[in-house]
Amino acid sequence: MARDMEKYLRNRPTQFCAGCGHGILLGAILRAIDELGIDIDGMLFVSGIGCGGWIPSPNFNGDTLHTPHGRAIAFATGAKMFNPKLKVMVISGDGDLMDIGGNHLLHAVWRDIDLTVVCANNMLYGQTGGQVCMTTPKDAFTQTTTQGNPYYPFNICEVLAVAGASYVARYAVTQPFQLIRSIKKALQTTGFSFIEAVSTCPTQFGRRNQLDTPSDMLKFLRGKCITRKKAASLSKEELKGKIVTGEFTDGGD
Amino acid sequence: MVLKKSMLPTGTYYFSGNEAITEGAIAAGCNYYGGYPITPSTEIMERVSVRFIDTGGVFVQMEDELGAIGSVIGASWAGAKAMTATSGPGFSLMQESIGYAVMTETPLVIVNVQRTGPSTGQATRVGSGDIMQAKWGSHGDYQIIALCPWSVQEAYDQTIQAFNLAEKYRVPVFLLAEEAIGHLRERMETRENIEIFNRKKNLGAAPFGTEESDGVPPMPIFGEGEKLLITGSTHDEYGFRQVSSPMVQEKLTSRLNNKILNSREKIVEYEVYHIEEADLLIVSYGFTARSALFALEQLRQEGKKIGMLRLKTLWPFADKIVKDIGAKIKKIFVPEMNRGQIAGEVMKYVCGDVVSYGQTNGEVIHPETIVEQIRRLG
Repeated sequence: MARDMEKYLRNRPTQFCAGCGHGILLGAILRAIDELGIDIDGMLFVSGIGCGGWIPSPNFNGDTLHTPHGRAIAFATGAKMFNPKLKVMVISGDGDLMDIGGNHLLHAVWRDIDLTVVCANNMLYGQTGGQVCMTTPKDAFTQTTTQGNPYYPFNICEVLAVAGASYVARYAVTQPFQLIRSIKKALQTTGFSFIEAVSTCPTQFGRRNQLDTPSDMLKFLRGKCITRKKAASLSKEELKGKIVTGEFTDGGD
Repeated sequence: MVLKKSMLPTGTYYFSGNEAITEGAIAAGCNYYGGYPITPSTEIMERVSVRFIDTGGVFVQMEDELGAIGSVIGASWAGAKAMTATSGPGFSLMQESIGYAVMTETPLVIVNVQRTGPSTGQATRVGSGDIMQAKWGSHGDYQIIALCPWSVQEAYDQTIQAFNLAEKYRVPVFLLAEEAIGHLRERMETRENIEIFNRKKNLGAAPFGTEESDGVPPMPIFGEGEKLLITGSTHDEYGFRQVSSPMVQEKLTSRLNNKILNSREKIVEYEVYHIEEADLLIVSYGFTARSALFALEQLRQEGKKIGMLRLKTLWPFADKIVKDIGAKIKKIFVPEMNRGQIAGEVMKYVCGDVVSYGQTNGEVIHPETIVEQIRRLG
């Protein structure tokens, strides 16, 4: 992390494992805030339980609310509804926001509440030891899918875009510049904005899926990513197992 | 007096308990309500949704009770006097975040208009089966405050009191009403010059620790530049997680418990009837106390020496008065619409004979039933 971002951080040791992609995402969020010149004192960062929830709490030097598992968006809804002047960002994991907290996510889209939600998707439950999640790739090995995950990952971005979210995008931590640009757009969006930031988990995912080093894990992720533009020319069958990145609203690519 | 559009003119009203609770909340300054409809509490939410248009309060119908309690906690930290109302199944769903509110010392009010259970039970029928759930429903050891009204008037008064206690002690406060009170209509009065307590504020001070004897730290809100760290994990006085220090765990949880227990003489309210020279004491609360008082008057006319203790506060428990009276009166009768939840608590503090009468058939306990049960005691 460049030293000029330290002003947004509390001076605490990192909670992330070596090679974790969440540090890249943490940096991208702070750079987006910095480039937009938003006063972090007027910001509220709400997170849930899991590795993704550690990104803002206790690291970010604004107001942070670390909620029970799955409830980040509900807590954020109360704070934002009562004080609309607060700039509220929800930063949490895929398990927290999609699996256990999915109903709050859908209702936030329904209300088109002015929240920016960043979903740090590490493709499984990282903090609890690497169990399968809605986002786990098909056939991937996890602590609870020892014969391979039987399901395809859930495409939350398509769902939220169709449901009417004001801004939806997906980028991987292997695309940091797109990620920063996208977070800036989300923060500038009035209404509900959602970014799925696909991240890496060498500790829980990599070691069970023959990705022995953090760089192997990053290469694996990069290899799966495909832009929306390219994806448009592929068949449904060819797209299976791919991570489609880009903006899912505003006719983005 | 300039009458704000939001306030009911001072006077006499013919309200249901649920209407009285809503007006009590508004009188106490409630300005956030996040809820999910559930029988028999729904009228509270419906009335809030209309009345807040006038008062400028923020009303959100959430997607479930998990969301309702969550939004109430979020709003409370944004500076609101926040509440929700529910009944059994919804109260069960809220339990995890109730523990979070205890741990983060978030002031809020939860009304539970109790119906019979377990599970879906009989949604429109009365019960008081959630007394122990209110005390112990979330995991871990903790203290909360729970009030229990016996009339529409008291539903109004105790709702105001619930907000004041929540703000004063930074703790979730429950109004454990029963369906029979929620839907009962009777005369009640609104008062002028209601005493309102607002949370202490001291910017820069530790929000999760204090050396003050009351054990209640001041509470900042979001957006004040306080860089708040709020977490349900064990934390030090500035909110930093300390998840392996026995010392911090002990210090925090002791204070959370003691700030309520050490003030219980100030918090606990009750009424006594004819306890001098009584040789039988009825301990009662909520709607059942109405029947008990009726039965008591009848039996006293027949010459029986009976007294009554009516608990207005259920948690923290009125241990001192129960101990004091229990030392003099050797037989205690506890009728309630559950299978002895408060009777068991009374047994903790007296050595005499405690007779529990539990009725869980979805009906209120009639005065004749209490008369008959007491006659059986001889």
